[in-house]
Amino acid sequence: MADFDVPELKEYPIIPKLKEGTMAHSAPYIAASKFQEPLGFPGELVDNWKEVAIDKMGDLLGKYRSLQVFLDSCVHCGACTDKCHYYLGTSDPKNMPVARQELLRKVYRRYFTFAGKYFPKLVGATDLTEDVLDDWYSYFHQCSQCRRCSVFCPYGIDTAEISMAAREIMDAVGKGQKYCNEIIAKVFVIGNNLGLPEPALADTLEGLEEDIEEDTGVKVRLPLDEKGADILLVTPSADFFAEPHVDGLMGYAKVFHEAGVSWTISSKASEAANFGMFIGSYENMRKIALRIREAALELGVKRIVFGECGHAWRVAYSFLNTLAGPFDFLDPRYPVPQHICEFTYDLIQENKLRFNKSENDHMRVTFHDSCNVARASGMGKMEGGQFIIPREVIKASCNHFFDMEPDSIHDSTFCCGGGGGLLTDDLMELRVKGALPRMEALKRVVEENGVTNLAAICAICKSQFAKVLPYYGFTMDQIVSVHQLVSSAIVLKGSEQEAELDGKTE
Amino acid sequence: MSLVTTLYVGLFYLATLVLVVGLTLRIVKYAKTPAPLKIPTMPAPLTEAGVARRMFREVVFFESLFRASKWTWIFGWLFHFGLLLVLLRHLRYFTEPVWFWVNWIQPFGKYAAFAMLAGLLGLWARRFLVDRVRYISTPSDHLMLALLVGIALSGLGMAYLVHTDIVAVKGFFLGLMYFSPQPLPADPLLLVHLGLVVALMLVFPFSKLLHAPGVFFSPTRNQNDNSRERRHIAGWAEQLEAGER
Ligand code: HEM
Ligand code: HEM
Ligand code: SF4
Ligand code: SF4
Repeated sequence: MADFDVPELKEYPIIPKLKEGTMAHSAPYIAASKFQEPLGFPGELVDNWKEVAIDKMGDLLGKYRSLQVFLDSCVHCGACTDKCHYYLGTSDPKNMPVARQELLRKVYRRYFTFAGKYFPKLVGATDLTEDVLDDWYSYFHQCSQCRRCSVFCPYGIDTAEISMAAREIMDAVGKGQKYCNEIIAKVFVIGNNLGLPEPALADTLEGLEEDIEEDTGVKVRLPLDEKGADILLVTPSADFFAEPHVDGLMGYAKVFHEAGVSWTISSKASEAANFGMFIGSYENMRKIALRIREAALELGVKRIVFGECGHAWRVAYSFLNTLAGPFDFLDPRYPVPQHICEFTYDLIQENKLRFNKSENDHMRVTFHDSCNVARASGMGKMEGGQFIIPREVIKASCNHFFDMEPDSIHDSTFCCGGGGGLLTDDLMELRVKGALPRMEALKRVVEENGVTNLAAICAICKSQFAKVLPYYGFTMDQIVSVHQLVSSAIVLKGSEQEAELDGKTE
Repeated sequence: MSLVTTLYVGLFYLATLVLVVGLTLRIVKYAKTPAPLKIPTMPAPLTEAGVARRMFREVVFFESLFRASKWTWIFGWLFHFGLLLVLLRHLRYFTEPVWFWVNWIQPFGKYAAFAMLAGLLGLWARRFLVDRVRYISTPSDHLMLALLVGIALSGLGMAYLVHTDIVAVKGFFLGLMYFSPQPLPADPLLLVHLGLVVALMLVFPFSKLLHAPGVFFSPTRNQNDNSRERRHIAGWAEQLEAGER
């Protein structure tokens, strides 16, 4: 199936011995100038790239305290070395978080610190050379910015921040990554990652309305660009067509329908994803985020709700207020923005939704905490709400739920292997190997609890699992959306299912 | 004044200056550099008081390190808390009269030196025995440990083998503090001890020892979780917005 060795799933996770250079060949396609320039980056590697890179590094050091403090503070204690799924899956020492940081730190030391300027050998400082740049390009595209390392570092050093800075420096010298930059360019031109234009979107939504009506006999609407609706739903564009994402979207629609609220999708902000974060570009991230503000203003909505997407939820929960706020024109009684899981959870708490859990009895479900939800954002007004709320939503809609090992869930969760702008076919080997720790944890609940399905609330996780599960002997349909479970179990008022349950069938 | 005394007077003034100025400049830099986005490692405390508690657990118990690696935690904690007690015990050379609580900890201080040394040796052993830690170790990591082990051994040497004239040592340091230099006993162990201490003070602001102030400025640990409730914005980001209007 693959032109690389798929790692074996072991009974118990073991920390691999170092194998130098195993992933040195891995690098994504470089962005062509037509994908660089719309983002404000040079089309190709500039002649004086060393100067530009060092200048950019200096600029970022002055703008981001995280970068400055993290580059200074690491003591090489090694606590993070066995925490990265890419190290665990590839054994390449440069995939140990501290070693990844060191690729940037050694250049920082050389050009910005006393010790590195005068005693480079002593502190491991090196000049910026072509080899270093190649290493950056390779290994900063082997970090999914999952922040698992930052949980365990005694100073909270977050390699994601370092990777973002490194990618921004590479963009500044004209060595950007095709996948991310092409997508961002598309968002600017068309409005979503897929380049799905408005008429196609309208068609898709109409099709989904018909599907739901066929299933339930209830006319559940999926409105587009409806002025004056209460809620603007911003969801990852994969929700419009990919499996299992689209089942989740039908779930949101049913929940909104049952709640009796008016809502709409916007063709202008038909994309929750914000790849500006992956490339560390504040400006691009902000430009993308502003589309949501503009759509909310144009449509005159009172609330913003986000669909299931991990990094989008980070940008939404942690950054949206900063990037595109203040949102004083929205209804102050609700958090801005809200997660669809929070929305559904609140209705469940108020007993406003009816479920027939046995609809999901063919499944025994476990939950994959997505990195960006688990370690970079929150839910509800409680510490750790992001762990509780999705699980409560799952438990409300199905009878059999089992958690994976404690060191692979909540804030110790393992990345799916495809986050951080790496969900591209040119990085398939990395994606498969990086999924190893998650697959091992999954295998254990499959064997011990008979788990059949893995539920997630992230578009990237869902696409990644659909692709990599088969490499490990599972099937692609074992990954499900959380709101897909909701969609199957929810009993709509006036539906055929309601009639059947209440014995009103003729 | 003897040559040795003159030399050490000069060294200690220089080292103090470098340490204080160097560290102040770094701390000012950390404090002034904006953190444009809310990036606490979640779940994070909702309130500032919660952040203070998180920071306290991090600094006092090395909470994250405990979750990460029990061996590193044990050695790291032995070393740092040994070090803390040793340093507090050393206050007796700089205070007259000696503060009462410094006297209380004297007995523990004696054992603390051994804890510190054991911790250092354990941490050093990891740099040879664990392949991952070996890979990331630079010469300066080894030198830093050697320096601290040297300080601890020379100190223990004075405490248990070749005693020095502690009263004179104290006289020397009080003299330094009041700018009226007094003679320093020229015992080899003491000179080694103090020479290494000077080296430690000199490298502090330029090395990974910046983790000590750094931890307090780490945005992933010192921010609270309230991004939806309060808009957080950096000065440079505000300028960016203003430029667009
Ligand atoms: C706020 C105060 C401090 C905190 C919270 C702190 C915390 C830590 C932690 C968590 C580690 C990593 C684990 C370990 O290797 O022990 C570490 C390492 C280290 N600390 Fe500190 N530290 C502090 C102050 C100091 C000071 C004042 C010194 C200087 C003498 C120091 C010297 C070291 C050294 C040399 C290491 C590296 C040990 C190795 O090579 O493995 N620390 N520190
Ligand atoms: C200017 C600063 C310092 C002076 C004047 C000084 C002086 C001394 C003296 C006179 C002793 C012998 C104590 C005895 O005979 O009972 C000693 C012991 C010791 N010193 Fe220092 N020292 C200084 C700084 C340090 C520092 C920064 C460290 C650690 C990093 C350190 C670690 C030790 C240790 C571990 C011992 C042995 C145990 C003890 O008696 O506490 N010293 N020091
Ligand atoms: S952020 Fe995640 S992928 Fe990146 S180095 Fe840390 S653990 Fe690895
Ligand atoms: S855990 Fe933190 S301090 Fe330790 S090596 Fe990793 S990044 Fe450096």
